Parts: sequence; C-alpha cells; structure tokens
Amino acid sequence: MAISPPERRIWWNEPIEKVELIWVIIAFLWGLFMFGFMIAWHFIGQQNLNKEAYRIDPSSYEAKVEAFAKKYQVREEKSIPVVKPPPGVDVYLLGRLWQWWPILELEKGVSYRIHLSSIDWLHGFSLQPTNINIEVHPGYEHVITLTPTQSGEFGIVCNEFCGIGHHTMTGRIYVTEQKRAEAGPGLAGGR
Amino acid sequence: MTAETIIGAVGKTAEFRTCQYTGLKVDIAAQQLIKANAVAAVVFLALGGLMGLLVALTRWPAVHLLPADWFYLVLTGHGANVLLFWIIFFEIAVLYFASAVLLNARLVAPKFAWLGFALMVVGAVLANVAVLQGDSSVMFTSYPPMQAKSHFYLALILFAVGALIGCAVFFATLVVAKEEGTYQGSIPLVTFGALTAAIIAVFTIASGAIILIPTWLWSLGLISNIDTLLYRVVWWAMGHSSQQINVSAHVAIWYLVAALLVGAKPLNEKVSRTAFLMYILFLQLASAHHLLADPGLDASWKIVNTSYMMYLAVLGSMVHGLTVPGSIEAAQRRNGFNKGVFEWLRKAPWGHPAFAGMFFSLVMFGFIGGISGVVLGTEQLNVLMHNTLYVPGHFHGTVVAGTTLAFMAATYLVLPLIFQREIVWPGLAKFQPYLFGIGVAGISLFMMGAGTLGVARRHWDISFSDTDLSFAYSAGAYLMMGLNGLFAILAFLGGGRFVVIVVGTALFGQKITGGHKLAFPLHAGGGTAVAHYGSRGTWKLPGTAVLVALFFVSFALYYFINWKYLSELWLFR
Repeated sequence: MAISPPERRIWWNEPIEKVELIWVIIAFLWGLFMFGFMIAWHFIGQQNLNKEAYRIDPSSYEAKVEAFAKKYQVREEKSIPVVKPPPGVDVYLLGRLWQWWPILELEKGVSYRIHLSSIDWLHGFSLQPTNINIEVHPGYEHVITLTPTQSGEFGIVCNEFCGIGHHTMTGRIYVTEQKRAEAGPGLAGGR
Repeated sequence: MTAETIIGAVGKTAEFRTCQYTGLKVDIAAQQLIKANAVAAVVFLALGGLMGLLVALTRWPAVHLLPADWFYLVLTGHGANVLLFWIIFFEIAVLYFASAVLLNARLVAPKFAWLGFALMVVGAVLANVAVLQGDSSVMFTSYPPMQAKSHFYLALILFAVGALIGCAVFFATLVVAKEEGTYQGSIPLVTFGALTAAIIAVFTIASGAIILIPTWLWSLGLISNIDTLLYRVVWWAMGHSSQQINVSAHVAIWYLVAALLVGAKPLNEKVSRTAFLMYILFLQLASAHHLLADPGLDASWKIVNTSYMMYLAVLGSMVHGLTVPGSIEAAQRRNGFNKGVFEWLRKAPWGHPAFAGMFFSLVMFGFIGGISGVVLGTEQLNVLMHNTLYVPGHFHGTVVAGTTLAFMAATYLVLPLIFQREIVWPGLAKFQPYLFGIGVAGISLFMMGAGTLGVARRHWDISFSDTDLSFAYSAGAYLMMGLNGLFAILAFLGGGRFVVIVVGTALFGQKITGGHKLAFPLHAGGGTAVAHYGSRGTWKLPGTAVLVALFFVSFALYYFINWKYLSELWLFR
C-alpha cells in the first residue's frame, strides 16, 4: 500500500502497465503542444503583449502625460480632459490614486503606441467590456501597440488593489468609427 | 558518520503505543504534535472561513454587507488565515504523520518541534492582530509601495521560521528512521509525497525570506525603496510555490486515504514517484504565472517558466490524475466490485466522509483547478483574466476544492487514529464533504464566470456608484456574483459543520480503547488488493480510462475556447 514501503525492494524495474504508459505519453505530447502553441501565437496571433518598457521617474512620466493631454485635448468631461491624438502619435495614459488619466478618444482600426505607467502604487489596467488586463507599475513605462477593433465607449477599471479608494478608480476610452472612409475597405471594413 | 553526529545530541528515548488498526508504532510525542498542529489549523480555518463568508456576502451586489474599509481588512485576513495558517499548520501535522507514524519511527527533537509550533502560533496571532488593527489592509500579496505596519511582516516571518523548523524536524526524522532501521527498503509513497512537499517548502520559505525580510526593514524605514517588479518576481516565488507544497501534500493524502479506505496500492511506484519528482524539479518556476501581464519581461522567459518547462509539472499532476483513481479501481475490483465499467466507483465507500472528500478533491482539483490553472497560466491567454475574479475562481478550485477538501478528508481518519476518539455526530460528518464540495465548486465556477465577464478581483463595488466615470458590468456578471454568494453560504455551512465535528470530537468524542468497529481498509481483503505492479495479474482499468479521457476532452475543449475568446480581442503587440 501507499502507506508502507514498496512491496518489492527493486521497485524501479517494474514494467509500466499499458494504460499508464499511454496516458503518460498523451499527457506529455499535450504538454508539448501547449508549449508550442504559445510560441506559435507569436507568429500567427494578433494578441501578444509587448515587453517594451523603460525605467522612468514617476514625476517625469506625469509631466509627459500632461504635455500630451494639453497638446491634443478636444474637450473636457467632469473636469477630465478628453484627448484625441492623431494617428501615428504616441499616446500616454497614467494611473494614480484613484483615476486613469486622461480620457482617450481613439479611432477604430488605427494602431496606437500606448504608454502605460503609474505615478504612485501598482494599478491594474482592465479595459472593459473587452477584457484586456495589464499590470501597471510605478517607475516602469510600458509601451504596447493597441488597435481597437470595436467602436463605442469603453471603461477602464483598476483591478490591482490600490487602497481604500480602489473601487472608485476608473477611466474611459472612446473609440470612433474612422471618418476617412476613403482610407480603404481594408481598414474600415470588416465586421 | 551516524545521524546522531549530524544532528547533534538527540535523546534516543521515545514512548510508543501500537495502533490497533494498522499495527504501526506511534510515537506519543509525534502524536501530541500532530494533535496540536491539527487543532491550530482548524481554529484558523474557522476564523478564515468566517472572513471568507463576509467577503462573498459583500461581493454579492444585492447584499453588499460590509463597508469598504472592513471589506479590504477582512479580505486581507481571509487570505492569511486560510491560505497560510490553516494549510501550513495542517501540513506540518501531515509531515510528522508521514515521517514518524508511517515509518514506525520516533520523532526527532520534539522540543525543537514545539518551538516551531510556538513560533507559528505567535506569528499567526500577531498577523491577525495587525490586520484587525486596521492599518495593514494590504491583501495577502502586500505589494509595495503600499505599506503595512511592520509587525504584519514580522508576523509572517516568525510564522515561516516556525514552519521551517517543522520541515527540519521532518528531514531529521527521515534520516534517523533510516539509520535506526525502522522500516525496510524505500520510504512509502505517501512519505515520498510529504518529502516532496517539504523540499518545496524549503525553497518557498527561502524565497519568502529573501523578499519579506527586506520588506520588513523597509517598513521600519531602514531601506528606502523596494522595486515593484522585483518584489512581484520574488514574492511569487514564495506565493506560488507555497501552493505547490499544497499540491504535493494533498496528492500524498489522496494516496493515503485510498490506501486506508479501500486498500489501494500504487499501480506503479516508479511512475507515481517520478510524478512527484516532476513537482520538485519544475513547480517552482510558477512565479511567472503572476507576471504574464507585467512590463519588461521577455516572452521566452515567460513561456519557459509559465509552462513549468514544457508542462512537465502539469504532466506530474495528470499522471496522479490517472494513478490515484486507477489504484482505487484496481483495489475495488479485487474487493469484488468487478461488474461493468463503473461498479467499483458506484460501490465505493461514499458514506465515509474521508473517501467522499478525497474523491471530490481529486475530481475538482483536476477539472476545475487544474484546467483553469493551465489556461490562466498560458502566456497570451492570461491577458484575458489577469487580476479578474477568474484568478480567485481558479485558486479556490485548487486550494479549497483540492487541498482543503483533501485535508478535511484526512481529518476524518486522524480523529480515530491519532486523537483516538469516535467521531461525534457521524450523520453530520457523512454529508459534510458533499455540502462543502458543492459550495466550493459553485464559488470556483461562478467566480471564474464573473472573471470571464471582466469583474475585477479584490473590488468592493462593481456598480461603481462613487466614481466620476462610471462603468456598468453586464447583467450576467451580477448574476454570477449573486450565485457566488449563495454557494459561499453553502460552503460556509459545510466548513462550519466540519469545524463543529472536529471540535466536538476532540473534546467530547468517545475514547477509543479497543475492539472498535472501524477497520482499515473498509473492505475485507483490501489489503491484498492488486497483484504486482504491471504484471499480468494487474486488473484492467476501463473505468479510469473513461475518466481520464473525459478529463482530456474537457481540457482540450476549454483550452481552445479561450484561444477563440482571445482572437476576438483588440489587437495588441
């Protein structure tokens, strides 16, 4: 029994029963497949998190985001600037106790280099209802290239606990349909 | 060189009694320590379980029980009490049982073991004091720059030192038992599983020391800054590895319960032991599971680590997933339940809470905790679920449905064998694993469902009533949170029933003196079950083959469904 020493002292020479052997092989091959699929998704998939990141002082990051917001602000909502960067411009978003700042307005089908960082504690960028979730650190400026595939109003929730106001920490991204329909069916078309 | 010279002057005298069921010699000092650790475990389970209920009732939008500050406080306490204190106290009891009792040996240096126990009690109590004082609601993970009071970190360090002493006593007992020839050949498989757990525990506690000691110094103002990314890498080398201690320990308990109740014998010692060895070699890489959505880490680092080096540790669990039910099937067929594919399972001792608890633990750990864990730990898929309620959904499937249920099952054997008392209210005990099991399956699945719909973990108000920029989760998410609350009540009733039975039995259970009706294994002739491993005399295992095939199909389907979800997300690179 499993609670007594193996019945045969030389237990490592016992042959393996067929059903066990088959299962070990299946499980091993399945593991190899899943391992390979993560690698494959870097080539065939459209959702891979970029590792690009820079160390940055939180106050310098805050200054960068403020300059960005000032330059491309189009209106204001609840005293938060709504910023509409033209395509090709680097976009900055910051997390702090307890808000995501500023509000962004993006265009569907356009790729943006989005910079993410926190100026105080750890925060969790959680784009809803799309459900993209990324950890946001203070002192690290993370750059991802994001392409919205839906239009509408999206919420950013904080899903890394950040103190007593954690549940009040939200933000917003608007995604508009591309105005330049002549940009071609390849970009604006689809679903 | 003898063990005595390695360990130092250790008294050789020990007092033994003989177990009337198993014939094993039981060291009285080991017995006292097992009792003390088991009782402490149950006390913290009761406290942590109550906190868990309060958390679930607050997250039920229609109830929303606690105010925000209390919610975060209680959630911090819930994590510490059940994930650390209940489980690790119980694991120390398992280590002493698997070494001294199963090897017919004396426990080495029991006074040292008591010192470890005292440190663990002091640490656990101090941590609760720190949390209840209200200035340390930093969650189980205590990520800087958020800071708790310094005695919160100190409490965890004291607790860990105590647990390390327990591991040292376990290792020393193994060495001395070998030296004194208390058993022939290799250590039993259950002891081998416990050894796996203890080895991983040493790695875990070392990682904990590397990160918690500087964090403690930082809270005292002696260190100015802790890097947040470094903290997460090292903290999770402790945080995730500690869950691998649990896996090793509860798999050992599966084998233990199967052996005692139906006389199951490992199908093949080599296969089962190699599966445990895979845990030792690869499970520690899982720190990466928590860093898949973090900046600056290379994809190749993530892929190798998150998959435990090509899923070799997952392979270990999948192997146990066949060998445990397989050994039960083989034993049951030898016990005479040989009709059809599933008579062995239908006529298993389902009325014994140890068997029911163990089997539910096995099934739910595989189907709920295991599959969701692999999906959650897949590099790209993680972005779908990182820090959503899917994460607690997953680990309630592993740590509560898997580990806690297995430990509860083992307790129903520890009470008659070690406490030597009859279980009070056997009728209550009979249905306890069912009640708790259904409750836990519900919480795991509904939290996973809510997480799939985006609901954040550790979050007081999913209606965002106090925010400038409000956002509404879908109606489905609210439904999931309500169902989660309902099943949390079931789980609490099941867990509460367990606590009442254990406390009642320890205090008022009838003393077992001799001639008791319990017999192990429960079925006559179970002890000789199964011929030799792998020989022609081994029974065919069609039932187990069907079970693992079902598991594999569920696994593969769920895995690809999540890739489908991922492919519909916005594009990012």
